[in-house]
Amino acid sequence: MNENNIRNFCIVAHIDHGKSTLADRILEQTSTVELREMEDQLLDNMDIERERGITIKARAVRLNYHADNGEDYVFNLIDTPGHVDFNYEVSRSLAACEGAILVVDASQGIEAQTLANTYLAIEHDLEILPVVNKIDLPSADAERACNEIENVIGIPAMDAPRVSAKMGTNVHEVLERVITDIPAPKGDDNAPLKALIFDSYYDQYKGVIIYVRVKEGHLKAGDTIKLMATGAEFQTVEVGYMGAKDLVPVGELHAGEVGYIAASIKDIGDTRVGDTVTTTDNPCAEALPGYKKVNPMVFSGIYPVDGAKYPDLRDALEKLMLNDASLSFEPETSIALGFGFRCGFLGLLHMEIIQERLEREYNLDLITTAPSVIYKVNLTDGSTVYIDNPTNYPDPALVASAEEPMVTAHILTPSDYVGNIMELCQDRRGVFKDMKYLDETRVDLHYELPLNEIVYDFFDALKSRTKGYASFDYEMLGYAPSKLVKLDILLNGEVVDALSFIVHTDKAYARGRRIAEKLKENIPRQLFEVPIQAAIGGKIIARETVKAMRKDVLAKCYGGDITRKKKLLEKQKEGKKRMRQLGSVEVPQEAFMSVLKLD
Amino acid sequence: MSKGIYIHIPFCLRKCPYCDFYSVEYNMGTAKKYVNAICSDIMQYKDKNIDVDTIYFGGGTPSVLMAYQIGRIVYTIKKCFNVTEPEITIEANPSSASYEKLCRYRQAGVNRISFGVQSADNSQLGFLGRLHDFDTAAEAVYDASRAGFDNISCDIMLGLKDQTIESLNETIDKITTLPIQHISAYMLKIEDGTPFDNDLVRNSVADEDLLSEMYLNTVERLASSGFEQYEISNFAKDKRYSKHNLKYWQGEEYLGFGAAAHSYFNGIRYCYEKDLYKYIENTKGSKILLESNPDKTEEYIMLSLRLKSGISLDKVSKLGGQALADDIKSKAKLYQDKGLVQIDSDVISLTPQGFLLSNSIIAEFLEKTDEKC
Repeated sequence: MNENNIRNFCIVAHIDHGKSTLADRILEQTSTVELREMEDQLLDNMDIERERGITIKARAVRLNYHADNGEDYVFNLIDTPGHVDFNYEVSRSLAACEGAILVVDASQGIEAQTLANTYLAIEHDLEILPVVNKIDLPSADAERACNEIENVIGIPAMDAPRVSAKMGTNVHEVLERVITDIPAPKGDDNAPLKALIFDSYYDQYKGVIIYVRVKEGHLKAGDTIKLMATGAEFQTVEVGYMGAKDLVPVGELHAGEVGYIAASIKDIGDTRVGDTVTTTDNPCAEALPGYKKVNPMVFSGIYPVDGAKYPDLRDALEKLMLNDASLSFEPETSIALGFGFRCGFLGLLHMEIIQERLEREYNLDLITTAPSVIYKVNLTDGSTVYIDNPTNYPDPALVASAEEPMVTAHILTPSDYVGNIMELCQDRRGVFKDMKYLDETRVDLHYELPLNEIVYDFFDALKSRTKGYASFDYEMLGYAPSKLVKLDILLNGEVVDALSFIVHTDKAYARGRRIAEKLKENIPRQLFEVPIQAAIGGKIIARETVKAMRKDVLAKCYGGDITRKKKLLEKQKEGKKRMRQLGSVEVPQEAFMSVLKLD
Repeated sequence: MSKGIYIHIPFCLRKCPYCDFYSVEYNMGTAKKYVNAICSDIMQYKDKNIDVDTIYFGGGTPSVLMAYQIGRIVYTIKKCFNVTEPEITIEANPSSASYEKLCRYRQAGVNRISFGVQSADNSQLGFLGRLHDFDTAAEAVYDASRAGFDNISCDIMLGLKDQTIESLNETIDKITTLPIQHISAYMLKIEDGTPFDNDLVRNSVADEDLLSEMYLNTVERLASSGFEQYEISNFAKDKRYSKHNLKYWQGEEYLGFGAAAHSYFNGIRYCYEKDLYKYIENTKGSKILLESNPDKTEEYIMLSLRLKSGISLDKVSKLGGQALADDIKSKAKLYQDKGLVQIDSDVISLTPQGFLLSNSIIAEFLEKTDEKC
């Protein structure tokens, strides 16, 4: 295929603006997928994605399009996540494209993630093709949406295709505009091979499959490839492109194309996303710039409920890391929970998703400790330590000062909710920066907030205070001085290290009391009374008591029917499996979860 | 070891609203066929040289049967098994036990009788849907004594609507003055699917705390009247324990006859379906295998801890290994400090407080140390 007839693009949008639906229609109208095989959110093939209606993993698919000008084109569409936590996935896909379709909901207009994702695309020098979606809705106002795109983002949008992805209206126009508006790739097919790895995953038959965008040169099965960052060499077994449902082998991959390479690679560690693939025979001079390494911002301990499942958890994390480079983990030990892993995430949603994938895809029962950010603690001896685990928080006597990470946040909201949002941000120790009217009814609120105030439940709180209308995005700002303390939770007089966390002094009392209450609700009555205490240093600031169980007996056991007693025993054994023994106290998995959600 | 025989009589004049044992309304014709079916079921064991020393008629209401029908079943058992000095118990409803009938039971060989008295408070009896009042019940006990029964048991129930500690004490005091040797005291439990299974009833009966208090009070008050607790819900004067029921709790074998009857025989646990018509039609066909190789350790701990005599660590270690015995001992020490368990050298038993929590304690004891790390 001539490079001029190739278009590589992705779709960016705020969550729920119809990105995946538009992708579905494009697949249909290019006959990439037979109608009878069509299902909603075709590219979102993880259960979690479909259930939550979100895209987590970027996915690539090749389409053949016969254009109105009579020529045949190859489109490589890369579906990308919308949520801020998955920006790194977006960046990866952006580097493989020349253009991006920006989908904006005609009834909602620009939202926080629309901005974030578009700026990301502009940063990568992509050509932006705005598309106004959901014009079939009664509340649709395409004109206003176009105005917003021009005024807020600053790109021309008056001639943006107005579509209804749901109904399939004007999707054809989008396809034509991809050809005219998005540039064809430019790369020398005869130069040495230079291909960017933008994703990889492990296939149990073919080994690691790497997804590449060929920038220059070409590659065929049998060629020996070299991964430049690791220096590892492999003989290519198969190359091809990504069909909607399967991989499709082809003879060669050429400059400008998007495809996959299978080379019997056993170790996923060899294939770093962002690395450059070249050939050993004719290597390129220098590697592509690759990706900026993403740094996890939220940390939490993950432990198997059943300690014997520790090796299974490690295997599962290793496998997940294969296609989620942003996940980091290292072993840690907790007195309360035994062996587990300290995991780093990009945000709370990312953490939730990883946890859910571990539980569902790998059938593990997990306990997750409260999320922590990285605190900067300046010690009296002049040194500085970074703390991502409350257990390691230094003795207060050794702490000269402490700093916590801050974010700059933009909240886009109908103006009716400004009061509610300000109240929330105030409560979360936010500092108001400014407020801009996007139009008569919509406002962009700008706040600086401590990251640790938003990693818990900020997003849920924001949604509930604005009937779901506000959208939110943030980026890291740096560190600011703060007054921090470590709050400990004691069960039956013993500190449970897995429940400790670092909190701002002003919030310590309220949070300690709330956690004690939550634990009381979630710890079942035991054979004896269990005191729950929250403490700072040695000082108890809150106390609750789980009363001793009074009665748990089968009074009648007669007529020789002991099956009932046995069933009861089985049920009790089952229940115990979901519990963690902390000293003499049994704590169910839910109790650990409940302290994460305090509202 | 001699075995026990259990006969289930699934007939009642009226079903009590709290009961979830298998029973249907009494019908003379069906009862006749049912007794025939039981006798032919028993006949299969003829000449198998099986020793038997307890027979128990439970229900339902066994006393709705004609005395001769009970007699015929006892006779058939004596013909088929080697029966020596048996304890033969019948459960009886105070309202269906006339003096004459009681005399005929005695003649048939029945030597122990258990009355469902439940309470000395007539409004509480009304709540339970019982057909008798307390005076009728007391009369039935005296009649039984007069008929020659010197091993009489009464059931009482704790946690009834409007029942207080005071009214419970009154019931206990009235019942313990009757000429009886044994008391079964149950905490009311509302079973799923019974007429009592509704919020109105649930909200009117004693809550967990009151029920626990009633239980501990009962144990103490019965002891002061000479009734020694030997099982979670059972109390006896002068060691007149129910020999038959002890077989269940001591892991001994028994044969059950009749619909819904359970058996533990030759190491196998099985039962008959809860369908007396099927039992009459095709006795063998209604048999259900429960366990062909029950876990002896688990059963020993689970059943023995119902008894005041408790478990022997030596026996636990023989059945389930030293590690289990050691683990139980260390847990028991913890519970001893909390007043739930009594340790007497090799023997571990539950206190009345421990009985109240016996499900949890047994589950703790059975949780093997190697299952968690």
